[in-house]
Amino acid sequence: MAAINRDDVAHLARLAHIEMSAEELDRMAGELAVIVDSVKSVSEAAGEDVPATSHPIPLTNVFREDVVGHTFTAEQALSGAPDAFENRFKVPAILDED
Amino acid sequence: MTDLKNELIRHSAADLAAKLAAGDVSAVEVTQAHLDRIADVDPQVNAFLHVNSEEALAVAAEVDATRAAGGSAGEELHALAGVPIAVKDLIVTIGQPTTAGSKILEGWHSPYDATVVKKLRAAKMPILGKTNLDEFAMGSSTEHSAYGPTRNPWDLNRIPGGSGGGSAAAVAAFEAPLALGTDTGGSIRQPGAVTGTVGMKPTYGAVSRYGAIAMASSLDQIGPVARTVLDSALLQEVIGGHDPFDSTSLTDPFNNLVAAARVGNVAGMKIGIIKELHGEGYQAGVENRFNESLQNLKDAGAEIVGVSCPNLKYALGAYYLIMPSEVSSNLAKFDGVRYGMRVLPTEGPMTIERVMGATRAAGFGDEVKRRIILGTYALSAGYYDAYYGSAQKVRTLIQRDFDAAFAQADVLISPTAPTTAFKLGEKLDDPLAMYLNDVATIPANLAGIPGLSLPGGLADEDGLPVGIQLLAPAREDARLYRVGAVLESILEEKWGGPMLSKAPDLKNAALGAVSNSAGGSN
Repeated sequence: MAAINRDDVAHLARLAHIEMSAEELDRMAGELAVIVDSVKSVSEAAGEDVPATSHPIPLTNVFREDVVGHTFTAEQALSGAPDAFENRFKVPAILDED
Repeated sequence: MTDLKNELIRHSAADLAAKLAAGDVSAVEVTQAHLDRIADVDPQVNAFLHVNSEEALAVAAEVDATRAAGGSAGEELHALAGVPIAVKDLIVTIGQPTTAGSKILEGWHSPYDATVVKKLRAAKMPILGKTNLDEFAMGSSTEHSAYGPTRNPWDLNRIPGGSGGGSAAAVAAFEAPLALGTDTGGSIRQPGAVTGTVGMKPTYGAVSRYGAIAMASSLDQIGPVARTVLDSALLQEVIGGHDPFDSTSLTDPFNNLVAAARVGNVAGMKIGIIKELHGEGYQAGVENRFNESLQNLKDAGAEIVGVSCPNLKYALGAYYLIMPSEVSSNLAKFDGVRYGMRVLPTEGPMTIERVMGATRAAGFGDEVKRRIILGTYALSAGYYDAYYGSAQKVRTLIQRDFDAAFAQADVLISPTAPTTAFKLGEKLDDPLAMYLNDVATIPANLAGIPGLSLPGGLADEDGLPVGIQLLAPAREDARLYRVGAVLESILEEKWGGPMLSKAPDLKNAALGAVSNSAGGSN
């Protein structure tokens, strides 16, 4: 498996919506390379025939009655919002002009 | 502080409950004694991010009034009514801020209570406040808190463990008899070990996760933090049970925990030493106390057997792929839109995408960013099968190892952490060294099984607490309380009292300089 490099970290940071300075990218690339290297052995541990476990205690078909349960008022839902307008979350432009 | 208050804060929750029921002391007195203790020692310990005096005293007064009025309302009071508790600041509460130890949620108030908090309120347990933690519960030392580290009451220049260092330190420093923690890879048990307290990670699903800000949903578990095994059992019975608001919540009853803690007998039980979780890499003083505990259990009539879980060597690696993968998804919601901080970019176009980037850059600390990036990497196209997919297979292998081990033993035993508390700042620049603290606790989260850490004595070389970890099969939490209570009573008899009575007097403790960390800003 390829090692993680500075360009990878810059790309991942963009995907994860975290702005990073040049220094941060350098430092993070070095630290992540060490961490990734230490977890690599996991890919050789299990053969094809081993099933994956996504949840430790398997439960199937967890349903409830199809009735309205607890809901928040608009006021409650917006109570922690950085900005709100007419019962809606208010955000800057969704699309860039270009 | 008066002698009475000094005495009150040292009682176990079970003893306080008995005194309250007998009318020897009022809930207001008990709550006030703990609030006074917080005022006295928390400037040094920094276990609390928020102190909830007014509400706690009001709940205590309500308990006293109900008890005084007598009748059926008095009789129906929960056994722990009036016994105060601290809540880890990862768990949401109406009426108090919830920060998750992060700047991104500074000052945020939840519009709802976590299910466990609702249960505390129903039992009328006064909530003393919210305790410090590594940011979003990511860390093993509380040094990753945006609000300064918590300090270990045994030595204020050392870490109290993490991520729940605040809850463990609050209980160890007699600021609270009980606390709630969350455990994703050891965040209840490892702080318990290094502060000389009891910490329990219940079976996955035994306690509702609704209202615990999610870190890694398939690993996270809320559980009790206490000073005695019985107190932990009492608290788990308060907070446990099925919750339709958590789709991973189990429907099995867990109502035999307190009874198990009172059995006091391990004769004929088989206790398995996990070969892979002691020896090389474990501090000599930790090994010594661990071996003594084995001997004590043997003397009490248990049979000690050796078991092997060969795939545990992959556990840390699998954990550091699965956990960050889930983190990268769970923390995507902190984007400056619906709650918490919003930071605007200082230049360029003002789009929501750039606002998110600037907000998350300013709001998250280094460890959170590391884990989000690592998780985004592990889940990305081309790496998914090799990393996340393989880690999930390792999870199966580890479950199989435990199944085989539990075919040979009723409970398994290991040290909780490889070392005693290290110095603040010592591992802050080496993430991998920090991760290794959880090597013995992570397997239980991967497998979903319950784990209990209890004090095993002080290490010879540094006089600091050592934790002993017990593991049981899923849904067998009661076994841990049974074995834990026996080991605790044997050890306390040998020590001539609880281990915490040997902790230094905090009022006379000096606060040394701490490198690499912000001061305790409350």
